[in-house]
Amino acid sequence: MVQDIDIADLKRITELIHTKYGYDFRNYAMSSFKRRMLRILELKNLSVEVMLKKLDEQPAFINEFLDELTVNVTEMFRDPGFWRVMREEIIPGILLNHKQFKIWHAGCSSGEEVFSMAILLSEMGIQKDVTLIATDLDVNILEKAKSGAFPIKNMELNEKNYIRFQGSSESLKKYYREEGGKAVLNKELLENVSFRKHDLVTGEIFNKFDLILCRNVMIYFNQTLQNDVLKKFHESLFKYGYLAIGSKESLIWCDIASKFLVVNNEEKVYKKIKD
Amino acid sequence: MSKYNLNNSYKAVVIGGSAGSFQGIVKILAQLPKDFPLPIIMALHRLKHVRNGFVEALSIKSVAQVLEPHDKEPIKKGLIYLAPSNYHLSVELGNHFALSTEEMINNSRPAIDITLGSSAFVYREKLVGILLSGANRDGGLGMKHIKDKGGLTIVQEPTECMIDTMPKAALALTKIDYTLKIDEIIVFLKELDKQYR
Repeated sequence: MVQDIDIADLKRITELIHTKYGYDFRNYAMSSFKRRMLRILELKNLSVEVMLKKLDEQPAFINEFLDELTVNVTEMFRDPGFWRVMREEIIPGILLNHKQFKIWHAGCSSGEEVFSMAILLSEMGIQKDVTLIATDLDVNILEKAKSGAFPIKNMELNEKNYIRFQGSSESLKKYYREEGGKAVLNKELLENVSFRKHDLVTGEIFNKFDLILCRNVMIYFNQTLQNDVLKKFHESLFKYGYLAIGSKESLIWCDIASKFLVVNNEEKVYKKIKD
Repeated sequence: MSKYNLNNSYKAVVIGGSAGSFQGIVKILAQLPKDFPLPIIMALHRLKHVRNGFVEALSIKSVAQVLEPHDKEPIKKGLIYLAPSNYHLSVELGNHFALSTEEMINNSRPAIDITLGSSAFVYREKLVGILLSGANRDGGLGMKHIKDKGGLTIVQEPTECMIDTMPKAALALTKIDYTLKIDEIIVFLKELDKQYR
């Protein structure tokens, strides 16, 4: 954070990426986007000019760039209370009307959340009835997610969350084996999960869901973009489907708020009540 | 005559603190003038996985409500904001907050440097930054950003701090305007309040 970058330079970067690669970061939240840029410049030891040149002349650089730009900090069973609400209220609510249903994990990063859901569903004995679709714009992180393996050093925190979630097993260890410094998830957990590349900003609506999880993703967007993305979520949900956002996010300031009902305010779960 | 060179152009007060800062903050919040004319934005190191309890503890004696803002929540004067657990808290252009789950900085999330640095970027010379007791260097760089943009900087008198690493880090990185004890910080805030009456 020692060097600084001005708004004009940030604009040059987003414009170039948009024109050349079609990714649109122009409506990302300024404060975090700026920090991500400074971080990339520092990590790669580049000046703004050199980075612009690299982006312009080396198409292979874009994936590396996206991988550093997107925030891939996540945990299994982050906010254990949220997962209890899923198990005790939301999933049973969906099951009242549908025996089989689909869940979208939008902005899935390295997959911790979608696999938390897979474990939860397996503990409820309904894993086979639920299709999980997990998307992200970062292809490198999707590859990691698909492998279903996490650094073993992260498992301590994941385990703590799981214990506080009060899962039906004594330990998360039941769900993975250690292999070369990694925690490799049991194959069965990956069965109904599919990963695909999808950019929330420029991507089309591709399916209809009963539940969408998009937690701590839209915090990186400005309000204009949040409104656009929420419109897509609204369209991608069946009527009376659920939307879950991060515990410190809110629909209050969003255009679409009136089409949703707050189901759980503490954990920020909403229900679509109007088309 | 005030011993501080003050005016009524300030838009916000931002406070950072870590180990040993809790009592001082409780005292400041309890003795703050009613209807304080500026928002107070606090980034305090706290337990990462305990979401509840801290804001309540800070609110007990506070003269104004302490809130943990949501992402994109508008910033209002007279309110006291606290960075939520496990999130970084930034100030955005357009007078609202933004949260993020980026990597920890100085082993901290919330990181004081992020709240102070983003506030400095938005409020520039119209910001007062206060850094209290703490056991790591987080906040030092943020104070430098505030100073570099022309804001007013205060650190808690190191001899009064339970752990003085944090204010000393700031003193080493930039020229801090005032080094004050908690009681003097309270007097300072009262003087600042008078500028707006």
